[in-house]
Amino acid sequence: MYLDLFITFFKIGLFTIGGGYAMIPLIQQEVVAHGWLTLLELTDFIAVAESTPGPFAVNIATFVGMEMGVLPGALLTTTAVVLPSFIIILFIAKVFTNFQQNKWVQGTLYGMRPVVIGLIAAAVWLLMSTGFIGEGVEIHSVGDFFAALQYLEIIIFVIGSFVYFRFKLHPIKLILISAALGMLFFGVLPMFF
Amino acid sequence: MDPVVGGKQLKLTRHQKEKLLTVFTTFFKIGLFTFGGGYAMIPLIEYEIVERHHWIESKDILDIFAIAEATPGVIAVNTATFVGYKVAGFWGSLLATLGVVIPSLTIISLIALFFQEFQSLEWVGYAFKGVRAGVVVLILGAVVKMAQKGEYTPLTVLILILTFGLASFTDINIIYLLLGGAVTGLIYQLGLNRKTLNSKKNEEDK
Repeated sequence: MYLDLFITFFKIGLFTIGGGYAMIPLIQQEVVAHGWLTLLELTDFIAVAESTPGPFAVNIATFVGMEMGVLPGALLTTTAVVLPSFIIILFIAKVFTNFQQNKWVQGTLYGMRPVVIGLIAAAVWLLMSTGFIGEGVEIHSVGDFFAALQYLEIIIFVIGSFVYFRFKLHPIKLILISAALGMLFFGVLPMFF
Repeated sequence: MDPVVGGKQLKLTRHQKEKLLTVFTTFFKIGLFTFGGGYAMIPLIEYEIVERHHWIESKDILDIFAIAEATPGVIAVNTATFVGYKVAGFWGSLLATLGVVIPSLTIISLIALFFQEFQSLEWVGYAFKGVRAGVVVLILGAVVKMAQKGEYTPLTVLILILTFGLASFTDINIIYLLLGGAVTGLIYQLGLNRKTLNSKKNEEDK
């Protein structure tokens, strides 16, 4: 079983390019097919993984490892999921320094840099469109749109943007502030209104 | 800052040890405070690596993210391994990777033990609703910062807009977008080469 866990998570680490949510389909396929988690358990865990720190693939590897073999299991699966990229990146980092100035490498990167900026911009758009508009709401008119807006989230976003950009806060401070605002808006305020 | 060549020296100097410790704690912090994984880590990595510790020049960080995304595995781990290696060789990459993974390993192990209880913690849920909105601010900040560093030619602007549109409104796998960018860049370079070759030829003909 331990060997099976190791091989499966090594495969997940090796074959998912692009990281993050690109990994979910493969993880789902492997983990459910092995019977390590049911689909429902996995969905629940995705929600938990979103609210805990760290990369999703690492989180799910640790979780499945814990469920199957407690601490040794967790260490095994986590190592397995990280090992392929560790080896590959180590190799690239070694070689890259020598080839960085090569004009073909520079050409490739010239085309890839705007892709990275575009991808991150798309991530912002995705987070805004899923986070600030209510889930599962059908929008047929402007009225529907305004009714579906999540005003509390938007207010936190606006306050956060203001303090972050105005005072050049450390990112960790912004995380802590927005957590406090979340508890205030969703926990404390409803007690009074 | 000159990179330390690791592996060959068995004994580390005090300076190197301190550097390794800083690498570990920095990535531990990055692993601990990034929620939502992937892109949410980029702002913090950028802040710590470029602005605070100056381990990587700001013009190189985009290249590192491009490599991290185009290679298998988790972006945050890939970036950690790469930056760790650049700063302090093999040991740097090992400690950076451990640093970024240990917080999740610990937290998830604890959660797995108390999974049911964790799900029912209302206030944790409220806090994370707030954090999710805060993370949008962070990533927006990262885009703005990186966009300021980009070099803009009609070609790169076109690639940027196309990538944004396809990634936002279609289910395309991002690896194709990265590949597309890479191939376009190579063709562009090929064109540049032709041009310089031709102009050289013309000069010789004269």
